[in-house]
Amino acid sequence: MDFMHLFGAAFQLVFDPYVLLVMFCAAVFGLFVGAIPGLTATMATALLVPITFFMPPIPAIAAIVTATAMAIFSGDIPGALLRIPGTPASAAYTDEAYQMTLKGQAETALGAGLVFSAIGGLFGTAVLVTAAPALAEIALKFSSFEYFWLVILGLSAAVFIGSSSVLKAVIALLIGLLVGCVGLENPGGYPRFTFGNTELMGGVSLIPMMVGMFAISEVLRFVVKTDPPARMVVKRLGNVFSGMWALAVKYPAAILRGSVLGTLVGIQPGAGADMASWMSYAVSKKFSREPEKFGTGHVEGIVESGAANNSALAGAWIPALVFGIPGDSITAIAIGVLYLKGLNPGPTLFLNNPENVYAIFLVFIIANIIMVPLGWLAIRLATNILRVPGNILMPVILLFCAVGAFAINNTVFGVTVTLIFGLLAFVMEENGFPVAPAILGVVLGTMLEENFVTSMIKADGNLLVFFERPISAGLGVVTLTILFWPAASWLVRQLRARPAR
Amino acid sequence: MRGFKAFVTGLVAGAAMLVAAGAQAAYPDRPITMIVPWGAGGGTDATARIIASLMEKELGQPVNVVNRTGGSGVVGHSAIAQAAPDGYTIGMITVEIAMMHWQGLTELTPASYTPIGLVNADPAGIHVPADSPYKSVNDLLAAIKANPGKFKASGTGQGGIWHLAIAGLLRDQKIDPASVGWVPSNGAAPGLQDMIAGGVQIVPCSLPEARALIEAGKVKSLAIMDPKPSALFPNVPTLKSAVGSDWTMAAWRGIAAPKGVSKEVSDKLLAVLKKVYDSKDYQGFMAQRGFGIIWAGPEDYAKFMAKSDADLGAVMKAVGIAK
Repeated sequence: MDFMHLFGAAFQLVFDPYVLLVMFCAAVFGLFVGAIPGLTATMATALLVPITFFMPPIPAIAAIVTATAMAIFSGDIPGALLRIPGTPASAAYTDEAYQMTLKGQAETALGAGLVFSAIGGLFGTAVLVTAAPALAEIALKFSSFEYFWLVILGLSAAVFIGSSSVLKAVIALLIGLLVGCVGLENPGGYPRFTFGNTELMGGVSLIPMMVGMFAISEVLRFVVKTDPPARMVVKRLGNVFSGMWALAVKYPAAILRGSVLGTLVGIQPGAGADMASWMSYAVSKKFSREPEKFGTGHVEGIVESGAANNSALAGAWIPALVFGIPGDSITAIAIGVLYLKGLNPGPTLFLNNPENVYAIFLVFIIANIIMVPLGWLAIRLATNILRVPGNILMPVILLFCAVGAFAINNTVFGVTVTLIFGLLAFVMEENGFPVAPAILGVVLGTMLEENFVTSMIKADGNLLVFFERPISAGLGVVTLTILFWPAASWLVRQLRARPAR
Repeated sequence: MRGFKAFVTGLVAGAAMLVAAGAQAAYPDRPITMIVPWGAGGGTDATARIIASLMEKELGQPVNVVNRTGGSGVVGHSAIAQAAPDGYTIGMITVEIAMMHWQGLTELTPASYTPIGLVNADPAGIHVPADSPYKSVNDLLAAIKANPGKFKASGTGQGGIWHLAIAGLLRDQKIDPASVGWVPSNGAAPGLQDMIAGGVQIVPCSLPEARALIEAGKVKSLAIMDPKPSALFPNVPTLKSAVGSDWTMAAWRGIAAPKGVSKEVSDKLLAVLKKVYDSKDYQGFMAQRGFGIIWAGPEDYAKFMAKSDADLGAVMKAVGIAK
């Protein structure tokens, strides 16, 4: 069968009323789940599995692909409106979007999230369609040595995000790294900082912590303010799409960078949409012509990392389809469904069932396109929240946070974690410490430790192995250059300045 | 009016009595919670969810799967053991319950539960990269013996089931278990990926976990640690046929209730679970996923767990993981 025939067959598989209906329902479900803090895209997928069990292969996969794409986007909605990131992938730019909402630009923040999520998703899909087998081969070359450098690169992002004070950002990062040490899930399998508590053995879950640090701290700030609260600028919500074209023209490089970086990070089995979104936000600030505007409600970072987290989603499917290696927790579940439906992942899938593979590609394209109208509808409905007065809204937020934190592991412990970190974040922010680096520390801290320790076990303690493998050496040189560039350039300036004195 | 009120009161009371009588007559009369100690999306979660959805049909009551993750399974296993023994909270317990107490992570052992039925077991295999120079377990074992410390293996956390599988095999072959270094990983998939990337040389995980990479020609399976060949890959030799070793090791999963549930409840659960196990849906699901199926009722399951517990304890002591 040639290419056109394959696409024809795939069209017939996908453009079936039943499949389209399933996609529509999955989209609504995904939007709903993603918008509720504490319910993640991963959870949306897990909840879908028992339902897909009774479906033919293509609608089953379509349901998962559609629901996750929607959930990752709709995680932006509570992030922008209430400062509660719906999913960890939104956390990188939650503050930025919330600042925009305070300035009365909620529709621009959410519109940018929506439109550029869709563009990023389509870019990732294009890569998936054209280069999946070749890229999967490269992804398989990544061992703990290469991941170690990637994580260091990700951590250096902490310095660029959020705060004007590098010192305070680093302190916040260290707090995050410390929190990441708690629990049993470390390479030694030894319980640390658990104080004999069974719940703490599982470590501090990221989502309750994140919800606490962003949302509870905001509620506390509202409570503490005695003067009439600075009301959000509530104007009639303008057209969500107005100005998007202007943004696209203004930031073409950001969109491309975000999409490329997101896809590349997504392909790596050890990283996912969360990491892609943090890294792109930092890259965006680094390369921006107006870095000083970041953190004050500037759309550029949202454009770039919004594109990145959705393109990472498609990227994660590359190793999953080609080698059955999950790129993230979502594809881990999806691989199980593929097996169930007789679409065993592997190069043979591309040879034996090419029309099914193309049908999956088509599903990706359609999912990213219907995201735009459905997401628009979701934004319209959700922004009504802004009309609710603060003294009614804030208790409701508190309630939602508690429910979301409980839902993660179905224990009250999650709620406790949320409250404690809410308090911590409140104290931190009142004293000028940004919270985003602390969350980044927890996201990457465990990965950093795992990859460093396992590398050392493999190399019997020889540090030089980080430069022995070609990809690892390349990444190492890039990382060290980025890390020490400011210091080196300062030194050079000092040396040049001296003769003139 | 008063007559109407009395009539309504009578009706409500009558209905309440009916419900109460019904509750006594037939367990279950409300939804059941099935606790899974591992995360959504893994093999345990998938198995639990299919069993729950099939049990739901038989029982006529919802069976809700709840993931209680964390602490390498300690949290969820504790939640099952500590639930009220009324039959409305059951759970899927896994091989880790026979391991964690040896490490001093929990007081719970397989004896802390009312076993209902064993539903799955996946034996360990020995996987090497497809381009590895070792063509058989014998080659590999000889090379390990000749170069202690040179080989590294991965596929689960430190002291996890696959770590014990290879350590037990080495001990059985009179080779120091420490001569293959263990590189902890978050499960078989990252371990396998690391092996292909050249990070480690051996991954002793189960065959279904390595299936996609075996089929993709990236990984080869040298042996299976089970008395009989796998249904998925019948050409992979058993350890017995390859090196004459009786060493076996498998990750298993089963349904259990808290200790102290009534005989009536456990009998009902057993009858339903057996029906689910025998159903075409369950058998088909497990065959599609490549998961191994095995059945044992309460008594056999208890014996099976006791043996697993003793075997694992012996290896963990030998490797120095047990406290």
